[in-house]
Amino acid sequence: MSNSILQYSSITKKIVMALVGLFLLMFLLVHLAVNSFLIFDPSRALFNEGAHFMATNPLIQSMQYFLFGGFILHIILGLILQIQNWLARPVRYKIEGWSHTSPFSKFMIHTGIIIFIFLLIHFINFFFVAKFGEVPVFADTEMEDMGLLVIQVFKIPGYVAFYVVALILLAFHLHHAFQSAFQSLGMNHSKYTPFIKGLSTVLSVVISLGFIAITLVIFFSSRYQA
Amino acid sequence: MDFTLKIWRQKDAKTRGSFQTYKVTDISSDSSFLEMLDILNESLVLKGEMPINFDNDCREGICGACSLYVNGRPHGPDTEITICQVHMRKFKNVGTIVIEPWRSKAFPVLSDLMIDRSAFDKIIQAGGYISASTGGVPDANAILIRKEKADESMDAAACIGCGACVAACKNASAMLFVSAKVSHLALLPQGQVEAKRRVQMMVAEMDGQGFGNCTNTGACEAECPKGIKLTYIARMNREFIAGKMGAQKMDL
Amino acid sequence: MIKLDPKIPKGPLAEKWTNYKSAQKLVNPANKRKLEIIVVGTGLAGAAAAASFGELGFKVKLFGIHDSPRRAHSIAAQGGINANKNYRNDGDSTYRLFYDTIKGGDYRSREANVYRLAEVSGDIIDQCVAQGVPFAREYSGYLDNRSFGGALVSRTFYAKGQTGQQLLLGAYGALSKEIHNGSVEMFTRQEMLDVVIIDGRARGIITKNLITGEIERHAAHTVVIATGGYGNVFFLSTNAMNSNASAVWRIYKRGALFANPSFTQIHPTCIPVHGESQSKLTLMSESLRNDGRIWVPRKKEDAEKIRKGQMKPVQIPEADRDYYLERRYPAFGNLVPRDVASRAAKERCDAGFGVGTTGLAVYLDFADSIKRLGRNVIEERYGNLFQIYEKIVDDNPYETPMMIYPAVHYTMGGIWVDYELQTTVTGLFAAGEANFSDHGANRLGASALMQGLSDGYFVLPYTVQSYLADQINVPKFKTNTPEFDAAEKGVRDELNKLLGIKGKQTVDTFHKKLGRIMWDYVGMGRTKEGLEKAIKMIKETRDEFWKDVKIPGDLNGKNAELEKAWRLADYLELGELMARDALVREESCGGHFREEYQTPDAEALRDDEKFMFVGAWEFTGVDKEPVLHKEPLNYEYIEVKTRNYKE
Repeated sequence: MSNSILQYSSITKKIVMALVGLFLLMFLLVHLAVNSFLIFDPSRALFNEGAHFMATNPLIQSMQYFLFGGFILHIILGLILQIQNWLARPVRYKIEGWSHTSPFSKFMIHTGIIIFIFLLIHFINFFFVAKFGEVPVFADTEMEDMGLLVIQVFKIPGYVAFYVVALILLAFHLHHAFQSAFQSLGMNHSKYTPFIKGLSTVLSVVISLGFIAITLVIFFSSRYQA
Repeated sequence: MDFTLKIWRQKDAKTRGSFQTYKVTDISSDSSFLEMLDILNESLVLKGEMPINFDNDCREGICGACSLYVNGRPHGPDTEITICQVHMRKFKNVGTIVIEPWRSKAFPVLSDLMIDRSAFDKIIQAGGYISASTGGVPDANAILIRKEKADESMDAAACIGCGACVAACKNASAMLFVSAKVSHLALLPQGQVEAKRRVQMMVAEMDGQGFGNCTNTGACEAECPKGIKLTYIARMNREFIAGKMGAQKMDL
Repeated sequence: MIKLDPKIPKGPLAEKWTNYKSAQKLVNPANKRKLEIIVVGTGLAGAAAAASFGELGFKVKLFGIHDSPRRAHSIAAQGGINANKNYRNDGDSTYRLFYDTIKGGDYRSREANVYRLAEVSGDIIDQCVAQGVPFAREYSGYLDNRSFGGALVSRTFYAKGQTGQQLLLGAYGALSKEIHNGSVEMFTRQEMLDVVIIDGRARGIITKNLITGEIERHAAHTVVIATGGYGNVFFLSTNAMNSNASAVWRIYKRGALFANPSFTQIHPTCIPVHGESQSKLTLMSESLRNDGRIWVPRKKEDAEKIRKGQMKPVQIPEADRDYYLERRYPAFGNLVPRDVASRAAKERCDAGFGVGTTGLAVYLDFADSIKRLGRNVIEERYGNLFQIYEKIVDDNPYETPMMIYPAVHYTMGGIWVDYELQTTVTGLFAAGEANFSDHGANRLGASALMQGLSDGYFVLPYTVQSYLADQINVPKFKTNTPEFDAAEKGVRDELNKLLGIKGKQTVDTFHKKLGRIMWDYVGMGRTKEGLEKAIKMIKETRDEFWKDVKIPGDLNGKNAELEKAWRLADYLELGELMARDALVREESCGGHFREEYQTPDAEALRDDEKFMFVGAWEFTGVDKEPVLHKEPLNYEYIEVKTRNYKE
């Protein structure tokens, strides 16, 4: 595969980018759902069950490889596309035109890179700790207390601030990405495209605000103690 | 009307270029933008200097030759128009006008504001046609075409190949141009026979010419003088997917 | 002494082309590969011919001045293309298209050529549809038609207001296919400066690379010129900025006769001139006359008030409007041929009824049609034209009438060719607007596209092949022969001479001066005195040009002023020939109107006794009188009448 990515035509790259992107979006939705358990049940029981299920279910575990693969593919393709795009205009304009287009679409690589950095930190904080670190057992169960780990991290002001910024950028990224994926897949229709564009806005706001809200509630609420 | 013009001057493809500043005065608001440049050029010639080279021909917005990037926009401040049709009344209260050539690796500058757009011709030559040789074709009315399809095809075929889409795109992508060409033919029954082959050949050539990738920003659509829509890019993507899935592997 | 032989095939009119094709000589496929053809010009005629030659298997070298073959000025034709399909069942036929074209040309074109044009017109539509030209369709899926000036049937096929563009893109597609296949080699941004003649046959051309300035030599077995018309001699015209007459003028100077140079078409529906800095004129398609009504105020006072901006056209009541075309020509009304409509507009404006700030404009009013058909229908038919008008003039034609005025648009005259489209130089062909062949003294709307494609797709592939049949043993030419040396030296000397003048006035200054002379004296209304004066003035301008033109730079690299000067030098000679031709033709016919020769109600008065001929001029030297050769026109299949569009 590695040898063929570079040889993909521009459209093939875009199609793969779109399909992978939509897959990653599904992951985000699942992730958001699981996170929301912490709000519905401040005792962390529900969340920990969810986390435990995710960590032990063989299907989900196998999906994990696809998820990693997806992230890596999305990032590599994004970089290749971007480098090609930069090379396509070796001499830049004195006056750049910015008008008349979606502002978010112009900064996909920038939002993408910041999200990638966020992802790395996020990964170290949670995934590595869960896999290789020590996580206390929850109450009288055999489950790890992932909820406590989350609450601990979400009580650190600097982290929360970074988290919020990254998620706002994620909203920008998704706002263009979702509807753009349909365009890349050849789906543009006078009737349905306005709906897809609306859905794109809704999804990006819901996902981003959802994650942010959960974080802020945990940060500010005294019901959550690390 | 008086203007300060900052214009890209470059002797030829090999020489380094730079911006030069010129002043023009007493320009009629009814003059076209290119007529304003004609006036400047006349004054340069009288001073013994070389006039500014810029491509233009029909000055009716149909040949697609004119290609100026004016104050940050291909074809200047108006929409759905080529720069040859823009009149100076559109520059009320604009003191300084910056004029640049289209910038793209695939469109090298030849002289001043003139660029080489033969990459577009190469894309068409790769397969952007119906291979009907002269003679031996059926009666024109033997092929029935739904009016809506014919109109949609015509709207795509209205592309004048000026390259404003490439100039406007932050990635210098030629997708709008290529998709207009692909769609024009793919929408017609006559074009169906070669449709799968055509789209793959053209996209391969487009990539080979060094254009950037489409990131669906919509800048091309916003600046296209003929109002070619992004829906044609989606159509081309569709045609491309169908071509990949349906056609046998081709030697490209 | 040159003898004009039109080489019209024997047999009845309707069988001539068939007879020609049956008797035509062919070249076997293996030999075609060894034969080279140079085509100059990438418009409809040139692109179609090059593509068709390539398909046949010849080796083709195609030259164009633009960055892409698709930019040739055929692209700007708006209205449509005629064909004798009779899809409307309204009585059209090959004969009727032939008849309308001859009559529209005021009986100054060759019967056999025009009949062939009408005969192949249907094939052109078939060919274009097969190539994917998106002609307008009806809801049934069948092709739509519209009517056009000078015809009583609907035979015009169209693709919105961009028919020329679509037809050219079709031909460009065919051409691209042949470039892909390797049979056509395309040379862009190359201007032909001279033709090279070896042993009496055209064998090559000298070109200039318009980017690097290099002078190049190209050889072939035969040369086809399809470089369009010479309307830019008037400076202001609807032709593109780079459209020029230099290729045809150079072959004229090498022995090809120039026929009917004075036959110029002044198109009635152009956007009026705005001022001194105007660089070119914009045409509004003739199709607008289908639904627009042309008028001027009936009262001079009203016209005056309008010119001063004290009154608006919509304020003039119906009774005070003069729909002069409907008044003068009840049968054809606003759809009279172009020459008639243009002259009528000039007549009204000269009489003081003109509108606009300059008084050189008439109204084209859509109010009635919008009332009758609804704004939607008008928008669908002419939306893009209305948009162009609004962008240029800053007026909304849905609400106020358009202003129009005649402008130079097309030149019926051109290089004299025989039935095979061969010039008087053996092996040198001319096609499309560059030749004189099919339109007589006036071209009907939607016929230029028809002729260009007819020449390119369906005539030249036969006639050029026939010419090449005895050339199969002639090896490919080298470009180091004395003839090439001499031709290249000639153009170099001339270019250096231009650069050496180092005068004080720009090329455009002279061009505007020439244009003024041409428009005033060799335009819509011509007189003996005026033409004689024009000849004198043109000569003076030419002399002044060669003494005082200022061209910066040198031969190397891009030199736009040098290109313009080269072309203008030719216009300054061509303009004189046009005036001479107009002077000699002491009659009025089609676009050629001599004020001395008109009927009491100001219609063109032909003199068939003395002037039913093609006037073909032979070059004898600059500043020497050219020699007129006459090809008599015999009408065997058509009754010659006075053109009458009244009843």
